[in-house]
Amino acid sequence: MSSPEQWTHPEPDAAPAATGAKPTAEQVIAGLRATDEGGADLVQLLTPEGERVQHPDFDIDITAEELRGLYRDMVLIRRVDREANALQRKGQLGIWVPLLGQEAAQIGAGRAMRPTDMAFPSYREHGIAWTRGINPTELLGIFRGTDQGTWDPVEKRFHPYTIVIGNQVLNAAGYAMGQKFDGKVGDDEGEATMCFFGDGATSQGDVHEGFVWAAVYDAPLVFFCQNNQWAISEPTERQSRLPLYQRARGYGFPGIRVDGNDVLATLAVTKWALDECRHGNGPILIEAFTYRMDAHTTSDDPTRYRLSDELEMWKLKDPIERVKVYLVRQQWADQEFFAGVEAEADELGEELREFCTNMPDPPAERIFSNVYAEGNPNLDAQRDEFLDYVSGFAGGEH
Amino acid sequence: MPQFKQFPLPDTAEGLTEAEILTWHVKPGDTVTVNQIIVEIETAKAAVELPCPWAGVVTELLAEPGQTVEVGVPIITIDTDPGGSAAPAPAAAAPAAAAPEANGASSGKIGEEMPGGRIATLVGYGPKSGAAKRRARKDAPAAAKVTAPAAPAAPVAPPAPVVAAPVAPPAPAAAPGGYVPLAKPPVRKLAKDLGVDLRALTGSGPDGVITREDVESAVAAPAPAVQSTVDNGSRERRVPIKGVRKATAQAMVDSAFTAPHVTEFLTVDVTPMMELRARLKNAPEFRGVKLTPLAFCAKAVILAARRTPDVNATWDAAANEIVYKDYVHLGIAAATPRGLVVPKVRDADRMSLKELAVALDELATVAREGKTSPADMMNGTITITNVGVFGVDTGTPILNPGESAILALGAIRDMPWVVDGEIKIRKICQLALSFDHRVVDGQQGSQFLADVGALLAEPGIAMTY
Repeated sequence: MSSPEQWTHPEPDAAPAATGAKPTAEQVIAGLRATDEGGADLVQLLTPEGERVQHPDFDIDITAEELRGLYRDMVLIRRVDREANALQRKGQLGIWVPLLGQEAAQIGAGRAMRPTDMAFPSYREHGIAWTRGINPTELLGIFRGTDQGTWDPVEKRFHPYTIVIGNQVLNAAGYAMGQKFDGKVGDDEGEATMCFFGDGATSQGDVHEGFVWAAVYDAPLVFFCQNNQWAISEPTERQSRLPLYQRARGYGFPGIRVDGNDVLATLAVTKWALDECRHGNGPILIEAFTYRMDAHTTSDDPTRYRLSDELEMWKLKDPIERVKVYLVRQQWADQEFFAGVEAEADELGEELREFCTNMPDPPAERIFSNVYAEGNPNLDAQRDEFLDYVSGFAGGEH
Repeated sequence: MPQFKQFPLPDTAEGLTEAEILTWHVKPGDTVTVNQIIVEIETAKAAVELPCPWAGVVTELLAEPGQTVEVGVPIITIDTDPGGSAAPAPAAAAPAAAAPEANGASSGKIGEEMPGGRIATLVGYGPKSGAAKRRARKDAPAAAKVTAPAAPAAPVAPPAPVVAAPVAPPAPAAAPGGYVPLAKPPVRKLAKDLGVDLRALTGSGPDGVITREDVESAVAAPAPAVQSTVDNGSRERRVPIKGVRKATAQAMVDSAFTAPHVTEFLTVDVTPMMELRARLKNAPEFRGVKLTPLAFCAKAVILAARRTPDVNATWDAAANEIVYKDYVHLGIAAATPRGLVVPKVRDADRMSLKELAVALDELATVAREGKTSPADMMNGTITITNVGVFGVDTGTPILNPGESAILALGAIRDMPWVVDGEIKIRKICQLALSFDHRVVDGQQGSQFLADVGALLAEPGIAMTY
């Protein structure tokens, strides 16, 4: 699967898709491989053992400094994730959505974006937020239940977290169509949009609709599906008979499966996809084949529905270890560098703890303050009434 | 100066009100670091490990394993500055002082206590003034002064009860199902803050609504004597119905009230089976295999079910059909720490005695470790419940929903038995078979039970099958 022609036109002599009632032995084996390892179409540039491999269509020149940067990103965001998870267990957050295991997919995709590109996250995109320059402390209020995210989505080019499954795909399709209508697409200076969702979301009507609209309007939109194998407790085989990336063919745009635990491959494929989009060849679906190493959220207990040997297998494919091995083998980084990143991570963890335990509650009027860009008399009246009610409590705001 | 901080039990999922302490990973005197795992708890949703919020030295564990603790109640005291000189331990009256909700996040608003002690919780937790639920102790009043370990290393007697004494206002016993007094939220808050029980007040506002003035005047007046004369239930323990318990209850009620149960009993001399077992245990091919009477019973059930397929069938009311199955997924009822589970041996009818014995052993091990997956408990066709392991003779088992028969295997005892006109000591066992009379008639049920009994009484009969 390497040229757009192949994606949009089914191979004429190809055997029937492995959806028949009686698959051949080869199809069964291919299917098993596709389930466990990603299959033959998986784009990979750095193996789990840290070996650099070449790919005919997607390759990338990377400098030592750039790769060290990607490594640092992944280590820091993993620490943010683990620290926030611990903060939830200490009663400081109402809930947390772990990204453990998906660092490469998010850092690779996030670092492929330009500042002018727009991103629409779901609720697990802490790594993308990091690459958009959002301080991780700004994520905590959402999960403490005190705010909806405090960054300016226009300035950061990063939409607020969307909790409703798949809903952001429609928002992104609309936004990308707008980019197209505004003439911001067509050359290397063009803009593009990325939309992030999971394997479970692909079963939502919103995602289907987003695919349809983006396709027929040639919207500059990269659909980035992180297939982490589990939609809470439902495995991917409950979402689709086909590998998810092959769904794109039905909508008439390319679909690529990339090793989501390989930061280099994810970066290369996403850069390519964004470039295609900004030149007017969108949309494109990327399926980042990865694994959710922790629970769906802190309210979930994955031991009730999945086997630990699956987890053990994916531990061997850790996204950070393979980069570390490669850096060492290339002599691109020394012990001092790794220790420095570790120390930086510790500092970040401490900062997060401090911030979270001392986080003030936003004032009551904050509920009303960002609903409309400009004021609204009805809302203002509601606000005044509410503030008056709140002040009825002894000691004012509670 | 030692700085004592108390860690209140957090709500680890959305809207939980309590959790059970499973295991402490630390003990008083231990040095702990930030994010070190200190305790494992089990909520209605999951078993969860809790990390330590501060570095320091563990002063005291405030809850024991097995104890159910309400969210917001302190479970551990940590000295975050153990280098300092001895200072009085924190006043138990302020258990929530150091708690994270000090800044007000998700405090009492949602967690408003309703009559009957129910806490309305959505997300986060409301602070509690009382300490962990535990049985009342004789010396409870004395505990109010809090055992203060002089030095962190001082051995604290494990059961040392530090009931953060209810210094709070004398809360009258919660009256379950009582009426909800009428008052506006700010007044409720005021009453809560002042420790006034709204149910004791008569409202002077319109329609009997309790006003701010009512609450304030109630504070000024001497507290009415609420000397509790009735046993307020401290000798009872209320455990929420949830998890496996709830699922079991539902399944049993469903089964008992849909399938008309018939139970038959049979007492069998299983001496030949026990002799065969003794011989096989020494046979080389059975080396290392845990060959239990249950395995023989399982084999007998499978063989007998072949002659009476009705017991291995399902009543499909929706389709108006009886589904006969050409396979046996044999359920084994197992008592586990989490409750009753019924894992299945898949395609048990294709297994030899040895394979069955191995499968049963694995099944039991997995179940006892609480690792039986939901998939392993689905789609059984017939079940054995081994009540004999508890030393019980027999019972009237209730069908697993969707199945038509369940066999109870009783304890095997040395009993007097008449053999060839003489009383001999033999190995005697009782079998009880419950079946769904919609599917299985008395004739088939009796035939099946007699077949199982015959196979256990004379394993050689299997040759004729």
